Amino acid sequence: MQAQSNVKFRIGKSTGFQALTVGLAFACVVPLIFILIYIIQAGITKINWHFITNLPKPVGEAGGGVANALLGSMIIIGCASVIAIPFGILCGIYLSENKTSKLAYWSRLCVDILQGVPSIVIGIVAYFWLVKPLGGFSALSGSAALAIMMLPIIIRSTEETLLMLPDSLREAAYALGMPFHRVILKVIIPCGISGILSGVMLSVARIAGETAPLLFTAFGNPYLSGNVLKPMQSLPLLIFNYATSPYNDWHDLAWGASCILLIFVLLLNIFTKLITRKWKVQL
Amino acid sequence: MESTIVKSIDYNAYFGDNHVVKNVNIEITRNTVTAVMGPSGCGKTTFLRGINRMHELIPGATAKGKIMLNGEDVMEMHPIFVRLKIGMVFQRPNPFPNLSIYDNVIAGYKLNGIKLPKAEKDKIVELSLSRVALWNEVKDSLTKKGSFLSGGQQQRLCIARAVAMEPEVLLFDEPTSALDPISTSTVEELFHELKKNYTLIIVTHNMQQAARVSDKTAFFYVGELVEFDDTKQMFTNPTDIRTQNYITGRFS
Repeated sequence: MQAQSNVKFRIGKSTGFQALTVGLAFACVVPLIFILIYIIQAGITKINWHFITNLPKPVGEAGGGVANALLGSMIIIGCASVIAIPFGILCGIYLSENKTSKLAYWSRLCVDILQGVPSIVIGIVAYFWLVKPLGGFSALSGSAALAIMMLPIIIRSTEETLLMLPDSLREAAYALGMPFHRVILKVIIPCGISGILSGVMLSVARIAGETAPLLFTAFGNPYLSGNVLKPMQSLPLLIFNYATSPYNDWHDLAWGASCILLIFVLLLNIFTKLITRKWKVQL
Repeated sequence: MESTIVKSIDYNAYFGDNHVVKNVNIEITRNTVTAVMGPSGCGKTTFLRGINRMHELIPGATAKGKIMLNGEDVMEMHPIFVRLKIGMVFQRPNPFPNLSIYDNVIAGYKLNGIKLPKAEKDKIVELSLSRVALWNEVKDSLTKKGSFLSGGQQQRLCIARAVAMEPEVLLFDEPTSALDPISTSTVEELFHELKKNYTLIIVTHNMQQAARVSDKTAFFYVGELVEFDDTKQMFTNPTDIRTQNYITGRFS
């Protein structure tokens, strides 16, 4: 009798614990859903063709769009990717191919530390290294700051993906008399491409909304500009500037821009999932 | 005509300070099957990987001595040339998972950037797959991925991949230890066919396999080449007491 009531108590405890895990898992999802609903509600009505093809209007005039910020964001993110992707992937390859070398140990440590450096600090560094010597704010210096933020994500995901490939694959390639660069380019990268791409896309999603490093690098620009050596507007900067302004029209622009940014990041994440699934090489 | 194709002279291999292959001198005759057997950890695989210089890919691995291929020391040659002349098949089938069956067979050309006309590629693929008795099984699914095949088929595909490069020597590192008995016997039958065109060196931990497939057998024990003789002689009348003990199952 005693044993039976004991079992009942244990079953009860087990059920309670399960309920707790389900409840907490759900609690993690709730904030995201609320943010999504709120921003889409506030922003989706502002988005239309006019909104994405026009410049912001001065206070008091109706309408206006975020064309300059949209183009600027695309250019800044594009330049950052062009800088960070080759460096990141090559560094990841080095780390995965040389697990034990001293250089690998130190670069791995640096990459881990870099991941933890606050974005504002990276912005300041870019300011002193690029903005001041070049004599002015520029989109390119913003891209450089963002590229530094992309690096650790790309490097680590490339390294981890390639480490999961079995050694037998490398041996098969070497046994056919392939030189190192061909083993990497023709066998290792194609087999790990889904993981490498997902790392790249996640790093883009990560920097798409970064504001702090852009504050004193790309600086912002109320006009449409395609010159990477001049100040340039971007979506996060526009949101920061307009949301803190006292004008309702500008608040609307900020909501719309937030919504665009959110949808962009959301789509990137979904694409990443799809690519990982579709391009995964069955080992 | 009997002629030596591979000859090792005082070959030594190390992992760091660990001396795994000790002063091996062996002469391997063209168009024969040589089995290399011995208990695990005796250095037989290391010796095999030394022949096409795969040994040195492992961090900390070094080697001393000479391995002559047609009178030329492979230790002096560039590893890439060595590996083009000495093909290798591994313990576990390792077809390239990103390539089709067709591309796997010509991987040695394709991935090395050697351009061939389509007709010639077709010929190489058909010839190589026929030599490993796989052509009839896969001729209708050449565009499918290599990993779609069964384990035994994958291993034959890997042999075809090595054969396609027209090497002089083929090294097999326990080629059937990951295969089921039926696939094993298919692969073993292949050895008799393949030795017409190539010289085969097969590492095996399976004595019966060594007895079944080889012309000559080498017995390794703790890094030394204990005995090397005709397979028949070796299994019926070994000269060294250690060989005798191994064959009669005193230790394994």
